[in-house]
Amino acid sequence: MIDGTIAELAQALHARRISSEELTSEALARIERAQSRFNAFITIDRDGALAAARAADAALRKGDGGPLTGIPLAHKDVLMTAGLNTTCGSRMLADFVAPYDAFVVEQLRKAGTVLVGKTNMDEFAMGSSSETSWFGPVRNPWDPAYVPGGSSGGSAVAVAARLVPAATGTDTGGSIRQPAALTGICGLKPTYGACSRYGLVAFASSLDHPGPFGRTAEDCALLLRAMAGHDPRDSTSINRPPEDYAQLLREPRAAKVLEGLRIGLPKEFHGEGVDAEVAAAVEAAIAELQKLGATLKTISLPAVKYSVPVYYVIAPAEASSNLSRFDGVRYGHRANDFKDLLDMYKKTRAEGFGAEVKRRILTGTYVLSHGYYDAYYLKAQQVRRLIADDFRRAYGECDVIVGPTAPSAAFKIGAKTDDPVQMYLNDIFTIAADLTGAPAISIPCGVTRDGLPIGLQIQGNHFDEARILDVAHRYQQATDWHQRVPPIEHASKSS
Amino acid sequence: MALTLDDVLRIAHLARIDIDAAAAREVHAKLDAIFTLINELQAIDTTGIEPMSHAQDVSAPLRDDAITESDHHADYQRGAPAVEDGLYLVPRVIE
Repeated sequence: MIDGTIAELAQALHARRISSEELTSEALARIERAQSRFNAFITIDRDGALAAARAADAALRKGDGGPLTGIPLAHKDVLMTAGLNTTCGSRMLADFVAPYDAFVVEQLRKAGTVLVGKTNMDEFAMGSSSETSWFGPVRNPWDPAYVPGGSSGGSAVAVAARLVPAATGTDTGGSIRQPAALTGICGLKPTYGACSRYGLVAFASSLDHPGPFGRTAEDCALLLRAMAGHDPRDSTSINRPPEDYAQLLREPRAAKVLEGLRIGLPKEFHGEGVDAEVAAAVEAAIAELQKLGATLKTISLPAVKYSVPVYYVIAPAEASSNLSRFDGVRYGHRANDFKDLLDMYKKTRAEGFGAEVKRRILTGTYVLSHGYYDAYYLKAQQVRRLIADDFRRAYGECDVIVGPTAPSAAFKIGAKTDDPVQMYLNDIFTIAADLTGAPAISIPCGVTRDGLPIGLQIQGNHFDEARILDVAHRYQQATDWHQRVPPIEHASKSS
Repeated sequence: MALTLDDVLRIAHLARIDIDAAAAREVHAKLDAIFTLINELQAIDTTGIEPMSHAQDVSAPLRDDAITESDHHADYQRGAPAVEDGLYLVPRVIE
């Protein structure tokens, strides 16, 4: 039963064919069994989950439930959960218990979801493989020798391996979409400001986006509806009327369901540097969208090739500032041996942070330091504007932009750990949407000869979540890539 | 604009991260590759381009100057490494 989508599970819960307690018990059993193989979780909250499930069942009995009531779900361990450990995958916060809920956590609690645990991730969300966690690497359920992508790898695996029907993630350079692509599920990065960052432990504040993982676009729409909303505690939270993101999905259409849709195909996303199997799967997906009535238009985003260098100035600059709060005084790790206050700071941070986090702090410190600010930080902000201008022009000619989510399928654990630049280039197609703040989704569109999933990215203009979800949903109505299940015992084929 | 080993030691100090000579050499090699990537930006003409500091061009909202928070002192100090009488303890800084 738990293999169903949120929409299917909600029906069963409301019809009382199954209880949330039964669903949650099954989720916990699978999570506990799968932990040694995939290492998807950092914290499992069995008692809290069962209590929340019983409360959801009581609400359902009274007829008070909503579309998410009683649905088991996992949160990425960078989102604060009151009374539960929130580690960010770091030694620095290994024993940190969050004193309050993040906005999206609070929203999903109010919607009646059942929090089963916190998922493993790249340390402080800095990575594309979920290998840099203090708690060890996460493994891909399609083949445990491969990475699941990152940084929200644990959440992606929790959904892909059918441990839970839904999870949250955060996307700063691709950390929702890239792991969704590499594990064969759907991951949505909403418009910047649609989901409050309150209680999201900050990495790069102008780029951090919370968002949902689900098995279908429809599930992502249901989750986003609960996660979005205005929050005065985040000064960048957008005040807009609530939106039913699934509304377009339910709209009856003529045979050509995507008639009138103009798809932009950026030259820059469909050429060199894309693995041949990925390119072929993406082409086939585009042909399918065309069959559904969409028209194609080649567009150009000339500045987008600078996304990666722009990102690796701006994100580390913001990170070096945000992570200065970890000083061994107010929370988290403190070194045992030190001479004085300065030595305490230095040893605490040397011990508490891993190698990749340190590299980014150092990069950020350098680009912000005296004499380099204009050449690096200001320059990157100017090129960020050029990239945003490219997209603004493109959306005059097309409604959505389609291409691969990542240049290749999953790679082997350890393959890129010694080469940060190769690791960074995984996000070549996802970073631009973080820089512009516009929404984008990754959905499964194929499988390689080695049996690894391939992701299709659909990007839209600001606040066009409903449209990209609709395109993704119509594609999923016509294809079955999202129904493929990794080769694990408890998983069965489902819709 | 090549990054030197001295730069690495200087920024490690600014970032308050303890680093020994061997680690600094290793970090230097990796940062050097990262800055080769970053330096691609230097080739772009950005004359007259307004820097984009944010995904949305909106100004920071103002709120009423009123107390909205209750006292979370004890809650927030629970996770601190060393606390006494409601105060955070640090090594002596004034002799």
